[in-house]
Amino acid sequence: MPFSSFEDARKASLAAGVERVQVPRRLLLKMAGAAAGAALIDGRAARADDAAPPADNEWSQSLGAGVVDQPYGKPSAEQVDVIRRNVPWLTAGTESSISFSPLQSLHGIITPNGLFFERYHAGRPDVEADKHRLMIHGLVDRPLILTMKDILRFPSTSRIHFIECPANGGMEWRGAQLNSLQFTHGMVSCAEWTGVKLSTLLEEVGLKKDAQWVLVEGADGAHMTRSLPLSKCLDDCLVVYAQNGEALRPEQGYPLRLIVPGWEGNVSVKWLRRIKVGDKPWYTREETSKYTDLMPDGKSRGFTWLIDAKSVITFPCPEVPLSGPGLYEIRGLAWTGNGRIKEVHVSTDGGVNWRQAELKDPVLPKALTRFTSPWRWDGKPAFLESRAVDETGFVQPTLAALRQVRGTSSVYHNNAIQTWQVKPDGSIYDVQLG
Amino acid sequence: MFSLASLRPLLLATAVLAGSVGPSAASEVRPPFGYGTPATPEQIAGWDIDARGEDGQGLPAGKGDVAQGAEVFAEQCAACHGTFGEGEGRYPKLAGGAGSLTADRPELTVGSYWPFAVTLWDYINRAMPFGAPHTLSADDVYALTAYILNLNNLVPEGFVADKESLPKVKMPNHDNFTWQDPRPDTAMKPCMTNCVDPSTLKIVSTAEGQELTPRTTGPLDDMQPK
Repeated sequence: MPFSSFEDARKASLAAGVERVQVPRRLLLKMAGAAAGAALIDGRAARADDAAPPADNEWSQSLGAGVVDQPYGKPSAEQVDVIRRNVPWLTAGTESSISFSPLQSLHGIITPNGLFFERYHAGRPDVEADKHRLMIHGLVDRPLILTMKDILRFPSTSRIHFIECPANGGMEWRGAQLNSLQFTHGMVSCAEWTGVKLSTLLEEVGLKKDAQWVLVEGADGAHMTRSLPLSKCLDDCLVVYAQNGEALRPEQGYPLRLIVPGWEGNVSVKWLRRIKVGDKPWYTREETSKYTDLMPDGKSRGFTWLIDAKSVITFPCPEVPLSGPGLYEIRGLAWTGNGRIKEVHVSTDGGVNWRQAELKDPVLPKALTRFTSPWRWDGKPAFLESRAVDETGFVQPTLAALRQVRGTSSVYHNNAIQTWQVKPDGSIYDVQLG
Repeated sequence: MFSLASLRPLLLATAVLAGSVGPSAASEVRPPFGYGTPATPEQIAGWDIDARGEDGQGLPAGKGDVAQGAEVFAEQCAACHGTFGEGEGRYPKLAGGAGSLTADRPELTVGSYWPFAVTLWDYINRAMPFGAPHTLSADDVYALTAYILNLNNLVPEGFVADKESLPKVKMPNHDNFTWQDPRPDTAMKPCMTNCVDPSTLKIVSTAEGQELTPRTTGPLDDMQPK
């Protein structure tokens, strides 16, 4: 949140708080008895407008709300601007659409559940967990139907993984369009997921000899469907019911979803209801008509599942500008579907010179990784960039390098280096350099 | 209230129990666990709705022709996709775009882009109509598939779609797909100093002043393209 609006937001919050707090009757009586002192208290509060010492603050001189005032806790009312947002002109409606996580206001590798980006193909279904079923069939020895209670009995696993929509940054292929970190990079989020290894469930049903591919299907109106190679399913996929310690949010597939670590988000099918084992891929609509990459020669690439190494500076950014020359900590996020982030480099001169950023623990495979780099800004124009290197040695490319191979019509998998232009007044703009 | 002291005997008991089964515990935690219930053929039949793009495996009995498809389309689909698949507003265009894939603004439609005709049946059946998915009969889905293929001049007026005919429809863009990911397709070097001639650096594109960015403070924006 910009500091200019902080005080206004605080006042709004306090006003809202006053309405909410119900003061017990016996306290009201006590307070009435102390009416003589009220003028003094009011006087102190009036002098505390700037909320700084030596004055005391009004929240320090009044009774706060009690426990279970909010039985399910919410962020401070001041954080009202920190929400998922959409680009209304991007899609025909909100049911088959995407929302963006407010990366400019987040500080860790874990995305709060209420701010995790959303992608629906037929809106968000309200699934009733006790009526939900997972069917596993096809080239298996023992076709099976599992209730949520059944699934919760299997040995459990927790892992931290990012999910990124491959269309993240897709609006920037032809040029800089969106002056906002939230909208250029907000289709990525990261959570701790808890559930059952898909390999455990596949072992439970027994795979037949010809098993090579797996179809995963959602219970939403799109009956969202993707084909996955069996090898990935047996390697590290999870069938999860929990996100950051609580049941999945409906937006994220309640009560059950697939997690395919490090691969494009849509294969992590939400509201998972069916797993079918087969010998060939299905070539569903979402892996032919969509989520394929059109190249400049008219050829298209399918089954481009991997999320390649990518990074972005989250502070400063268009939403959170600099407030005058001085020492700053440049902060950012890096991620890759290819194991761990090995290094992140930061440039303040548009990629002429780079220096190593510090990676912040924990550095986990297929998870968001935080990096920082100190920078003394002299108040002159600058171009901030970050560049990730993953443990395979792959270096995050420039947009020019990507365009040279892929042109500008491939929509998906734009993992290019982002450039933020810093103007002398500290404001930040999304630009592309040539 | 419980105390740590009262917990201790319980912890000890657990430790003893764990010790007694220790060596065999790991081997016991292996499938099959026996949870859940066997899926019956009837249960599977109800949910087993996929039709495989390449060979049509999974397509059900039934059929539909272009003329029937035109009627169903007018009733169920035209509001979003336009009477002839031209698309209303931002809803997808279903026909046209042939030869546009190398153009500056390619048009990706069933005719110009989709590699498999069966995928069209599968998608209409599972996901359409948008407001009431998976409510059409198999015959209606066959008819719609025939109509949309005909809109794209891929089948003649008299075409009847069924599980035999659909997998045989040759889609013009079929051979332009590769199903092996060729990445990494860039090979940047992690240069650290003097990587670019600073005198050549210039801004070639900026989001400043484009007025395409929804606001990121205050209520949700409802901006539409100018």
